Amino acid sequence: MRASRRIRDNAVVGVAALAVGILAALPIGYLAWRGFEYGFSSSFKIATSSRTINLLRSTLLLAIAVTTASVVIALPIAWLTVRTNLIGRNFWSVVTVLPLAIPTYVGSWAMIGALGPRGMVSNLLGVQSIPSIYGFWGAWASLTLFSYPYVLLTVRAVWVRLDPSLEEASRMLGRSSWQTFVHVVWPQLRPAASSGALLVALYSLSDFGAVTMMRYDTFTREIYLQYRGALERGATAVLGLMLVVLTVTVLTGEQRLRKREDVYRLHGSGARNPQLVHLKRLQVPALAGLGILTTLALVVPLGVISYWIARGVRANEPVWPAWSLISNSLSVSLLAAAVTTVVAIPVALFIRRSPGWFANIVERLSWSGYALPGIVVALALVYLGANALPWAYQSMGMLIFGYSVLFLPQAIGAVRSSLLQVTPSLEEASLLLGTRRITTFRKVLLPLLRPGLGAGAGLVFLTTMKELPATLLLSPTGFSTLATRIWNSTSEGFLGRSAGSALTLVLLSSVPMSLFIVRNQAQVLRPSHRPNSGHDDKKAKHALPSDTSDTR
Amino acid sequence: MPRSRSHILIGMTTLAVSLSACGGDDNSLTLYSGRGEDLVQPVVDLCSEQLGVEIKTRYGDSAEMLLLLQEEGGNTPADVYFSQGAGFLGVLSADNALLPLDESVTSTVSDPNLVSPKNDWVGISGRARTVAYNTNVLNEGDLPDSFVEFTDPKWSGRIGWAPTNASFQDHITALRGLLGEDATRTWLTEIVANDPVSYDGNTAILEGVASGEIDVGFVNHYYLYRLLAEDPNYPVANHFFSEGDPGALVNVAGAGVVTHSQHPEAAEQLLTCLLSAEVQNYFASTNYELPVTDDATPWADLPRLNSLILPNFDLNLLSDLQGTVDLLVEVGAL
Repeated sequence: MRASRRIRDNAVVGVAALAVGILAALPIGYLAWRGFEYGFSSSFKIATSSRTINLLRSTLLLAIAVTTASVVIALPIAWLTVRTNLIGRNFWSVVTVLPLAIPTYVGSWAMIGALGPRGMVSNLLGVQSIPSIYGFWGAWASLTLFSYPYVLLTVRAVWVRLDPSLEEASRMLGRSSWQTFVHVVWPQLRPAASSGALLVALYSLSDFGAVTMMRYDTFTREIYLQYRGALERGATAVLGLMLVVLTVTVLTGEQRLRKREDVYRLHGSGARNPQLVHLKRLQVPALAGLGILTTLALVVPLGVISYWIARGVRANEPVWPAWSLISNSLSVSLLAAAVTTVVAIPVALFIRRSPGWFANIVERLSWSGYALPGIVVALALVYLGANALPWAYQSMGMLIFGYSVLFLPQAIGAVRSSLLQVTPSLEEASLLLGTRRITTFRKVLLPLLRPGLGAGAGLVFLTTMKELPATLLLSPTGFSTLATRIWNSTSEGFLGRSAGSALTLVLLSSVPMSLFIVRNQAQVLRPSHRPNSGHDDKKAKHALPSDTSDTR
Repeated sequence: MPRSRSHILIGMTTLAVSLSACGGDDNSLTLYSGRGEDLVQPVVDLCSEQLGVEIKTRYGDSAEMLLLLQEEGGNTPADVYFSQGAGFLGVLSADNALLPLDESVTSTVSDPNLVSPKNDWVGISGRARTVAYNTNVLNEGDLPDSFVEFTDPKWSGRIGWAPTNASFQDHITALRGLLGEDATRTWLTEIVANDPVSYDGNTAILEGVASGEIDVGFVNHYYLYRLLAEDPNYPVANHFFSEGDPGALVNVAGAGVVTHSQHPEAAEQLLTCLLSAEVQNYFASTNYELPVTDDATPWADLPRLNSLILPNFDLNLLSDLQGTVDLLVEVGAL
């Protein structure tokens, strides 16, 4: 009886996950159809042309370089802000994540203004020319600076909750701190690092802001060019499909990497903070490194934006965005965050509970929208909406659906990371005690998943705030947001006006993110926990991995 | 806590559903504008008041709005398409996706070259292709007599252009019509050999000229004057090529009524409003574009459109964007 119910419940989760996956894969269906319509031989010709092969190479090169650099930047920062007595640790914890709030199209534009030929920096230095930032290096720097926080966020979330006793045991057994990191800490961080790296890799496959601004040829830039100029949808579909193949390859690689990833059963002393490493003379280089990074990723963009605002104000332009734009941006982003996180739950549960080829397929389906450029996903939904669902077309629901297709993986990744830290025995115990599955889900699992749900919703919120192409194409006619406002003003050359909206966008995204980080940091690093205090809040805290076996 | 959260969720879902329900208002016009909100919204407000209808406007890139129309097909909610350049209108015209306009609309335009030969779209405002130059580095006399002479190696590394920009691509399409396919290919190859710096759009080119990154840039004439209004010492000026030169293309932003429009009459009235003296003078004085009707005047000492028009050039020819993009890819400009 109970067993059959369990099977039925798993089936329900499976069906829900599959449905979400299929919905998310609609754009691929559209691309396949357009490609089919275009004809096999023409498609083959495009796919194998030397230009396409070059694009493939340059796209892969960029994605690998950006991902590697993001991990290399994020790991030391995570260590510095979690495990050392770095001066201003809380300040840096917040500041190092904030570049995520800056859209790449704004950030790259600012970088060119500052570091471009005869830009602000070369003027300051009084030199005629500095090495060009256009091309690979510019695109690489811009994408890395504005997306490394994906890795930082996911790694830090796990690192703050790692059980220090394992490391202490390793040290006592005679391993050096480096060996301990490699053999004890890194294996536990790896799933988080790889899911963050996956977000970065796929983001750099699909981003158009940095590559167009920095004039570096990738698949996504080519797709935009084709759409803008040639209007040949068949050719574009072929390129889009190739991007999907790339994504699947990357995903498969990541799925291999994450085989041994259970991190929940770490028996240890529980709610105890690790001994902080005293940096001593290393403080100076650490602070210098963080300072340089923050200057490039935050100070420069904000500086250039402020400069344009000042120019706009001087020219008596209406620099600041209307309230309606702010509330539109906030409300679609909140809605997208809520909807996306909710639909991510069954997918994450299913992948966790019923691993295997079917779960892999469902997962890959649900990731498909993320690596496609926004314009491709949006046009697919335009076609579908206008022709099959006219009542929903250009509605708010359609826009939110588009956002969910684009950003679902961010939520799935975060929820999945949280699930990994949940001991299945907790659920089993609850079921054994006769609690119904739905109640168990609500009372046991959901509170334990809260950090993951929060992180997932936060990421989706941030990316939706910045999203441009899908918003332009799918929103109800007459609906505009801060992002569309920035685009609109920039396209007609009103840079002063767009700068005001850009600053507002960055600030609005930064504030909730800062609060979230400060709150998490405070919760985790608070010296003493009080078990059994009864509040849901506290229970969630004690669900953290190092706490699960707390017996004090 | 979980309860209040689920209330928020329910609330937001209701909000989404109710927001999605309000739509399909039958007494309003829908405009797909490839031109920016800052520029167009005041005009929309004016015409909305004059016509007594609500006008809903969707802003985006001209190419994106065109893609939208193509994907929507017969189910489009759009009544009017307003494009940044003639090329996109030509694409729709070739697809029979625009309705023929009444003569009362088309005859308002001062020059028949600014109207589609099929009478299914009209030019709304004109822009000349010019070469912007840095006035600290160059005098107007240093510029070549003809646009095609920028292939001279002395311009190596000094030219800025925007190969992805619709106006630039329209210009290349026009060159293909004027000089022929092969001559255009040769010209482009020689320009590419001069290592032009690629920008994202006209304003970016102007900024490049002003900062000295480049000395000359291929642009539309009107972006410069706004920058000059912000900063009178902006070190850039426009050079207009003389009549008949391939550099003297005049392109138009234009509009047409979508074939599947539910309100073709009101849509046509909107075009009439866009051609009224008030709106024409607005485009001329606010955005420094060239009016397409006789009863409006260009800003300051800008030339009248008629004096710039290429003889008998059919702007619908600009619709062969595919050929231009292919050519630009072939010579390595894209």
